[in-house]
Amino acid sequence: MSNQGPKTLFDKIWSEHLVRQREDGTNLLYIDRHLVHEVTSPQAFEGLKIANRPVHRPDATVAVADHNVPTINRQNIEDPQSKIQVETLAQNTKQHGIQYFDLMDQRQGIVHIIGPEQGITQPGMTIVCGDSHTSTHGAFGALAFGIGTSEVEHVLATQTIVQNPAKNMRIAVNGELPFGVNSKDLILYIIGKIGTAGGTGHVIEYAGSSVQGLSVEGRMTICNMSIEAGARAGLISPDQKTFDYIKGRPYAPSAKHWDQAVEYWSSLPSDKEANYDHEIIINSTEIDPMVTWGTSPEDVVSVKGLVPSPDSAKNENKKKSIERSLEYMGLQPGTKITDIKLDKIFIGSCTNGRIEDLRKVASIVKDKKIASHVQAMIVPGSGLVKKQAEEEGLDSILVNAGFEWREAGCSMCLGMNPDQLKPEERCASTSNRNFEGRQGRGGRTHLMSPELAAASAITGAIADIRDFK
Amino acid sequence: MDKFISLQGIAAPLPIVNIDTDMIIPKQFLKTIKRTGLGVSLFYEMRYDNDGKLINDFVLNTSPYDQSKILIAGDNFGCGSSREHAPWSLKDFGIRCIISTSFADIFYNNCFQNGILPIVVSAKQLDELMAAASNQQEFQIDLPDQKITVGDISINFDIEEHRKDRLLQGLDDIGITLGYQEDIAVYEEEQKIKKPWLFQNK
Repeated sequence: MSNQGPKTLFDKIWSEHLVRQREDGTNLLYIDRHLVHEVTSPQAFEGLKIANRPVHRPDATVAVADHNVPTINRQNIEDPQSKIQVETLAQNTKQHGIQYFDLMDQRQGIVHIIGPEQGITQPGMTIVCGDSHTSTHGAFGALAFGIGTSEVEHVLATQTIVQNPAKNMRIAVNGELPFGVNSKDLILYIIGKIGTAGGTGHVIEYAGSSVQGLSVEGRMTICNMSIEAGARAGLISPDQKTFDYIKGRPYAPSAKHWDQAVEYWSSLPSDKEANYDHEIIINSTEIDPMVTWGTSPEDVVSVKGLVPSPDSAKNENKKKSIERSLEYMGLQPGTKITDIKLDKIFIGSCTNGRIEDLRKVASIVKDKKIASHVQAMIVPGSGLVKKQAEEEGLDSILVNAGFEWREAGCSMCLGMNPDQLKPEERCASTSNRNFEGRQGRGGRTHLMSPELAAASAITGAIADIRDFK
Repeated sequence: MDKFISLQGIAAPLPIVNIDTDMIIPKQFLKTIKRTGLGVSLFYEMRYDNDGKLINDFVLNTSPYDQSKILIAGDNFGCGSSREHAPWSLKDFGIRCIISTSFADIFYNNCFQNGILPIVVSAKQLDELMAAASNQQEFQIDLPDQKITVGDISINFDIEEHRKDRLLQGLDDIGITLGYQEDIAVYEEEQKIKKPWLFQNK
């Protein structure tokens, strides 16, 4: 990467954070903020203890328990292993002087929801977390990516990470989004187009008028699922919407530094002539509301489409993979997507557990009832999202429609807590992964937007929001 | 970290694409606070039925593959979450080398943190190796020479020099970086002046 000439947003953040090259040729990248949760950190803290190493910057580290936490009774975690993991995080953060939002704190929530909510996430930062959906924070123009536990330990001990620069990919989506199409459809469409390994080795910058037109929360949904396209990070240029979102939040730059920060943030967007290793241009009119039919996020079709046939595969491996997915999902080729009947609805996760998502769902289910054979739950992304929703009266709209109103956490997105699918149960989910067993052994996941999931809750089968009255 | 120099033995064929980290080690095993003991739960849902009994025809449940140190798998191995429990469970089972046409980035990195060698080969080479693995042929993996040998097949593979060195010597990455503490301190002092909001006390 040259220091002269036009630069991408990624190039700019990278060069601002390069501490130096190590003698082995790798780069030492400085990390501005480190988010920590209970599942991927205990072994890292244990490693520090064994080597007698301190945490280099407790002030740049924030911790929360989200994966393992119950969404009903917060006083007591019944699973003894989950309980130990959460208690271990509390002890480790206390010992090292790290800010920890405990389960009874309203600021508790999914780590990728509370970072932005607290104003911790800011443009131009490097942010890491032992969680692949750290890519979410890229919506602010921060270079944010998931790391393994050994790397968590490395960042705790040194506030740096050993990295080599990623390749640059630019995906531009142009035009107004059609009615019924939103950020979730956009990212599912992109993953379907480039595949789950399409972004491997790259950072994806999302651009174009469709992306610029999205709210900051909508942008988070897109960057969140960059990892499902194989990219470790997604990026969107910061703009006035980004600055307005951050201003006044607890961890935002203070009034004293605000103008200086905004001036710096304004210098970050990619230069016009910047070079990308790959560029993809999408016209927004190509995009329909999207639904996954299989067990990989790339197994995606229009809600108006059909379950594909293995015969449509372009090679033998893909054919086998479709056959395996269809068997797991209990689906026949050629079935209309809107004929797929559902058992459960899950609304929440770091992909779609923010206030705007809850507002959309409430507006669709208002004065209606969910289908009698369906169980529907809504898990706000944070305690503050829950509080806001309650202040707006969304909870009563949702409860009246038949939704269960839960406490904040990762919940059924990965089912580490008691919220799980039973074998062969079929779920419309606003989360990010439809892997085999992800939401519970034998559970069948259809990923979609909050709008589609809400409409589907009412009809009891996958529904097209555009047909929904 | 354990060194990796060379490896000899049969390889288990797992011809499935997009094997994700949830398949490698499902969520219920992420509640541990240790790095060890996960091998018995590796590929849990493919290895055990609903009653927790071994599924006899799954490759890692059959002899001699239950002793495999090498795994050969389809495209995009290790996609999904960042859980290092995935390489921990593979290693605890005894797998020290994984061969595929591609790996997800975070998983690939995590392997090197745990003395596991992931090798990328072409689709054609993978087919040949998959066949050799199915015939229970003896594989020889040689890291210094960057070479896979099995029967008449000999394949040279690429690996970044720094990753190779770390595996060969079993180096502790944190120890290396702490050798640059002064550089990190200098960087921080510059940034405090340049971007003071990043260092403000809340």
